[in-house]
Amino acid sequence: MKQFAYLGVLAVCLLGTGLLEVFLRARVYRRWLRLILTLVPVVFIFTHWDIYAISQNHWTFDSDYVTGKIAVANVPLEEVCFFIAIPICSILTLEAVRSMRSWPVGDEQASQNTHELNTSVDSNRTGGDEQ
Amino acid sequence: MTYTQLAIVGVVVAVSADVFLFRTKLVTRRIFWVSYSIIIFFQLISNGVLTGFGIVRYNGLVILGSSTPVDAPPPMFGAGRVFFAPVEDLFFGFALVLLSLTLWVWLGRRGIQREPMAGPPRFSNRKLRK
Repeated sequence: MKQFAYLGVLAVCLLGTGLLEVFLRARVYRRWLRLILTLVPVVFIFTHWDIYAISQNHWTFDSDYVTGKIAVANVPLEEVCFFIAIPICSILTLEAVRSMRSWPVGDEQASQNTHELNTSVDSNRTGGDEQ
Repeated sequence: MTYTQLAIVGVVVAVSADVFLFRTKLVTRRIFWVSYSIIIFFQLISNGVLTGFGIVRYNGLVILGSSTPVDAPPPMFGAGRVFFAPVEDLFFGFALVLLSLTLWVWLGRRGIQREPMAGPPRFSNRKLRK
């Protein structure tokens, strides 16, 4: 079981923030296409950073606590999972704060001036679509 | 390049992407800094587990602190470490989080699944406010 320690940490992060999707209606997983399109460049860039860092011996992994599976080049599976899990947790946090506080994020701009979209936002706000 | 140098480059690139490239300007918004304060708290815990137990180990030649010891945990605070992790990890994490949120918000701005917006929370009377 020890070899699942790193993956276990990520699983706890995803399970914890998963509650935000359900109880605060963060609606991040529900917007899965937008989520995937966010993750692709992030995973690409940070995996390349990781390839360089591992090749330069910036960091190493204790073989007792990782599965030993390599995702790509010299990068362990766990690292790629990290670059998927942490952005998801971050986005869920942002959307959970928005759910609680309704502070502007910057992506509501185009919808603010149109009556039609305001109406649909209002119907979301009363929770009518999720009962 | 050292991890220290790369971590600083990462932050500069992420902030530039947010402010100039995608113009999401999250670093000027209250919601970003409130979210980030929550994120960094949990980051310190989860990264503290990864670094404190030596699951991920660092090379002292490329960080401000020294290498993760072979048979003992690294310093919890001080000597270039914050809650067991190299201080560089905070910059790395900031770049990762800011870039992710920038892309997410930018895509929403472009109309990709802007809806359904988040909220309201379940089991809350907040919806009665409006």
